[in-house]
Amino acid sequence: MHLIRCPHCGHRDESEFVYGGPFSGARPDDPGAIQDEAWSNYLTVPDNPVGPVVECWWHANGCGAWVTIARDTATHDIREARDDRG
Amino acid sequence: MMQRYSGFSLIRHAISRHRGWRRAWRSPELAESYDVLVIGAGGHGLATAYHLARDHGLNSVAVLERGWLGGGNVARNTVTVRSNYLRDESIPFFVRSVAMFEGLTRDLNFNLMHSKRTMIDVVQTYPKLRELRRRQLFMDLHGASYERIGVKELRRRIPALTGGGPESRLPIIAGMVHTDAAVNRHDAVAWAYARAADSRGVEIHENTPVTRLLRSPDGSISGVETARGEVRARKVAVAVSGHTTTLTETAGLKLPLRTINLTAFVSEPVKPLLDVVVNCPDIGVYLSQSDKGELVIGGAPDPGQSFRRDIRQSVFEDTTAALLELFPAFRTLKLLRQWGGHVDIAHDGSPIISTTDVPGLYVTAGWWGGYKAIPAGGMTFAHLVARNEPHPLIAPFGLARFRRLGFVVETGTTTAR
Repeated sequence: MHLIRCPHCGHRDESEFVYGGPFSGARPDDPGAIQDEAWSNYLTVPDNPVGPVVECWWHANGCGAWVTIARDTATHDIREARDDRG
Repeated sequence: MMQRYSGFSLIRHAISRHRGWRRAWRSPELAESYDVLVIGAGGHGLATAYHLARDHGLNSVAVLERGWLGGGNVARNTVTVRSNYLRDESIPFFVRSVAMFEGLTRDLNFNLMHSKRTMIDVVQTYPKLRELRRRQLFMDLHGASYERIGVKELRRRIPALTGGGPESRLPIIAGMVHTDAAVNRHDAVAWAYARAADSRGVEIHENTPVTRLLRSPDGSISGVETARGEVRARKVAVAVSGHTTTLTETAGLKLPLRTINLTAFVSEPVKPLLDVVVNCPDIGVYLSQSDKGELVIGGAPDPGQSFRRDIRQSVFEDTTAALLELFPAFRTLKLLRQWGGHVDIAHDGSPIISTTDVPGLYVTAGWWGGYKAIPAGGMTFAHLVARNEPHPLIAPFGLARFRRLGFVVETGTTTAR
């Protein structure tokens, strides 16, 4: 059993969560103002390290919050879980 | 010269008590430089090396492998060869690859135990039926088979499929039949390409992990750093599956790829009860029966990126529950082995066979279900590496498509989430 820590509910089984993709940082304020290459990189090129990644997970069968999680791709350890809405 | 295999040679060597068999490939010394380095002695790497030598006359090619030959994803997939894709760009490529597989035993003089099986999709929801119907219309244009059958015919063809009745959670509503599908022996594919490439002068170096890509002052590729020292080459072709970005980032190159663990498991061998590949896209499980009698079972990939090659308990439970929903009799089967393999998937779910921003560096990646693509993937990647321009079949699969947001969307036509 893999436990994911929800900032609101504590440690919960992963079956309560839905993976929502890599966390790609803040969206550029004005996509029209940046170079095409920077924009397509923002959209399509995620970090892919053997190590820590930041991801979005939805606590769908729990409190419903979107949780930002720092997880290690080699060990699956979760180093940090936060609710970015504050 | 390659030692030919045949029924006659088997008898001849039996008479001499099997002392006359030669090694299928050499283990030469690692030289300081080659014309082309292929990284990864898996299906795609070995096929690429073979075609570089056969089609383009390159005789200074080395394949560098971190572990043992054929020990990566070519040994970890579920050997399903099929061409039921969605896009006009993809279908012709996979149709060609399936056709090449059919002649490969003869071409490489190696029994691949290729077995044409037909794949049947078990459809349990109307949205899925509509989606597969749409795929059928595109496939019709490119000569790939895809045909709808009713529930009665579906159950006639798969007698073990006793679940999914009218009272169940998701009653079966139709089947889609892809007669082009096949299975074969994965080790034989790796060994056959290795042997054929070796006989044309390609060197295969196992236990030679590449730690870093090397660039010359003008930015172009100059070789690689390995655990056994530096090796020089003007062209480096990366065919390493899941670890593509791990390698390219040593040359400062980020790619639109995420690495995900995909798992499979096999049952104990039982008597023949399933002669088709069964895919159940609505509940997320697929299976076939090997010649040995084992049921080879796969499910959904792990959620999130992962470089592990183990099986997650939740994925295993979900897959097994889905399987037993449709095949309740399988609950008595013991499971023998389980494993994972990490594959990288591109933003649009289509492969990447491409030149890169680093001159001399080529990548073949994003192979979600890349086993079926080995013959055509090797042929077209070799064409790209040798001539520096894409083979027409893979022209849509270059990295440039991401820059112009010209995605070839195949998301959903594999088991990818």
